Amino acid sequence: MEPLLKSTHVVEMFGGLKAVSDFNIYINPGELIGLIGPNGAGKTTAFNLFTGVYQPTSGTIEFDGQNIAGLKPYEITQRGIARTFQNIRLFSELSVLDNVKIAFHSHVKYSVAEAVFRVGRYFDEEALVTAESHRLLSIFKLDDKAEETAKNLPYGAQRRLEIARALAAKPKLLLLDEPAAGMNPQETHELMEMIRWIRDQFSLTILLIEHDMSLVMGICERIYVLEYGEIIAHGTPEQIQNNPEVIRAYLGGEA
Amino acid sequence: MNSVQKNDLRLLVFGVVLFAVIGGAMEGGFIGSFWKLNIILIGINVILSASLNLINGYTGQFSLGHAGFMAVGAYVGVILTTNFHLPLIAGMVGGGLAAAVLGFLIGLPTLRLNGDYLAIATLGLGEIIRIVIMNIQYVGGAAGFSGIPHLTTFPWVFATMLLTLFAIKNFVNSSHGRACIAIRENEIAAAAMGINTTKYKVLAFTIGAAFAGVAGALFAHCFYIISPGSFTFMQSFNYLIMVVLGGLGSLTGSIAGAFVVTALSAALADWPEFRMIIYALALILLMFYRPQGLFGYVELTKLAPFSRLRGLKGGREE
Amino acid sequence: MDFGSLLVQQLINGVSLGSIYALIALGYTMVYGIIKLINFAHGDIYMVGAYVGFFAITVLGWGIFPALIVSMAVTGLLGMVVERLAYKPLRHAPRISVLITAIGVSFFLEYATMYFVTPTPRTFPDVFSSTGITVGGFVVNGQQLLIFAITLILMVILTYIVQKTKIGKAMRAVSFDTETAQLMGIDADRVISITFGIGSALAAAGGVLVGVYYNSIDPLMGIMPGLKAFVAAVLGGIGVIPGAMAGGLILGVVESLVSGFLSSTFRDAAAFAILILVLLFRPAGIFGTNTQEKV
Repeated sequence: MEPLLKSTHVVEMFGGLKAVSDFNIYINPGELIGLIGPNGAGKTTAFNLFTGVYQPTSGTIEFDGQNIAGLKPYEITQRGIARTFQNIRLFSELSVLDNVKIAFHSHVKYSVAEAVFRVGRYFDEEALVTAESHRLLSIFKLDDKAEETAKNLPYGAQRRLEIARALAAKPKLLLLDEPAAGMNPQETHELMEMIRWIRDQFSLTILLIEHDMSLVMGICERIYVLEYGEIIAHGTPEQIQNNPEVIRAYLGGEA
Repeated sequence: MNSVQKNDLRLLVFGVVLFAVIGGAMEGGFIGSFWKLNIILIGINVILSASLNLINGYTGQFSLGHAGFMAVGAYVGVILTTNFHLPLIAGMVGGGLAAAVLGFLIGLPTLRLNGDYLAIATLGLGEIIRIVIMNIQYVGGAAGFSGIPHLTTFPWVFATMLLTLFAIKNFVNSSHGRACIAIRENEIAAAAMGINTTKYKVLAFTIGAAFAGVAGALFAHCFYIISPGSFTFMQSFNYLIMVVLGGLGSLTGSIAGAFVVTALSAALADWPEFRMIIYALALILLMFYRPQGLFGYVELTKLAPFSRLRGLKGGREE
Repeated sequence: MDFGSLLVQQLINGVSLGSIYALIALGYTMVYGIIKLINFAHGDIYMVGAYVGFFAITVLGWGIFPALIVSMAVTGLLGMVVERLAYKPLRHAPRISVLITAIGVSFFLEYATMYFVTPTPRTFPDVFSSTGITVGGFVVNGQQLLIFAITLILMVILTYIVQKTKIGKAMRAVSFDTETAQLMGIDADRVISITFGIGSALAAAGGVLVGVYYNSIDPLMGIMPGLKAFVAAVLGGIGVIPGAMAGGLILGVVESLVSGFLSSTFRDAAAFAILILVLLFRPAGIFGTNTQEKV
């Protein structure tokens, strides 16, 4: 099977510092993959490379058979990679509904002129976007808060809204950056169910960064472990749990 | 006809009634020539503040160069009507197009900057436009362009103002407008949602510049002479005051801001220092106590009484 | 005059003008370095400095040096008062709100001054002999010598304060990382206030010197030099003190060359063109370093 995402020898230098070196991963369509590692290992940098926020210093990133290294973030999103952010980045002054509607942007098919004169496809498309946004919000149990200002939502709801918003961009690959951060065990458990469910429902491929090991080990089919910008281990949750390199990286000292 | 169209129609009817009342009062001799000019200036300033609001308020790109685009529209407009004897509408369209082209050319490189750097760069570009005009002898240089026919009338201004407001209202309530607002809220997240941020920043800037150009053409045809001195960055500050006072991201605010500032300037015309001190204190106090302006992010048409009329449950227009 | 001597003469004029830009630019750069605010009112502080000097000389009958010192003291205090009243309450507000406030403060200073002293320009008394010296056939007049000397002295003092004194260290610490500096026991509010004071005093010196140089002052005189000094600060690398000095001098020289060899009407355009080119191609300025938002 052709992998959906494949990075080959990706290197990212910040000044003289190697943030990520010789980064090779592949993700097959439909997989649910975890990316773990100690703080500062370069996990978010890897996300930023996949989504075009950073340009790799060298190496290639193939998505859906095409090299996407060097493309701008919006171009990558339009090709089918959507993400959430570790430090939540909602459109915080806007309503919950508008947050989701905005993410439909690249799928809305009317021109500026049609919008200004309110002719042609404007009304039909707007009705469609509104309906689909409500549908997504109801999946994430946010429908009753559609008119609320995003910044007034509780923390867990903000994280859910970020996922709903990312799905509105209709991605093939969803990148979740610490989706369970700041959630209590109950919320984390619900989130796990949710992630599995949306993967099946939207036929998605998911790559997630997470510190909550119960979540990662519970739902990921394969896991990559990153330390000092390098992949030190790769395998099923069981293999990772018993890998001496990983234990050393997390617990320190000699393995 | 759906509720959105009904609401548009209602606004249109309201506009026409307002036009009839003010126009009637002007024709009927109830308003002196000083206030007649100022009513026209209010209309022009509404166009300017609404278009600046599209850039500063909705898209969040802090521009201080609006007077420069207004100047381009004014000069291109008067060249077309005075030197080529074309009608006012040609001057307005020509002025608007010229300003749009310039806005596009300026916006493309400068909108990479953000916040205060963009503010100061656009201020500088506005001044450069003015200094260049000052050095073109064909348009009278520093002395100004004279012999302009007095073509701007209240109906022209009112119709253009209404058109501008509807166009900007419809734009910001579309997917394209939401893209602009998303950029204001969080540029990185906007890009991550598939929005070409550069394109929409430049688009908003170009549309804003176009309307400023149209307003400039209307402004120029109120007077016999215009000079580069009418388009300094102090003018840009003036429009900024209107937008900030009324509320960033609110068209109702832009209308109110243009009205208050223009009327206050006219009323205090004999005490210019006093007027500026009031503006200064108003700006500072506003930032302390109500930084979102009088109507920050809110439209009058979306408040309770209007919503009841529309039969909608408050909130945003769908 | 042939080309060569015109060039040298314009360079001398340029350095004089540039020294004044540098004095104003220092205040911009120090304030920006510490609270990331383009203090739009800084040019008006410079104008107030010129007026204080003017009244000290004409009304009180003082000499240029006492007038200069009093002007720096009074205006420095004004800078601190402005910071306390207008900017401190907005310490955690969005930067654009503070920028708009600064525009408000600028208007306020301009027109409140105009209310008290009338808009009519005042003739600054000729307090320093215009005779001056001749070096290799080129005239450096007395006012220019005064500008060079005062600017040099003030820059040496400023460098000493910033590099060697306790408050200077605190200023650098707050500008590097305000929160950490506060954790280390530095009173950031006091440091910010003193920064405004020093920056305003330097601008006041620039104002008095400009009065001596051009013999004329008015309430709106600060607008253009204020913007130019900002350009100088950006050119040198905003937040970098030696950058402001260098940026001021470069801008002064460029402007003098443009007025001397092209047309004085393009002087202002040249300054803004420099600004835009720097912002587009080297936004960190000559001496600055680039930073990127963390995602």
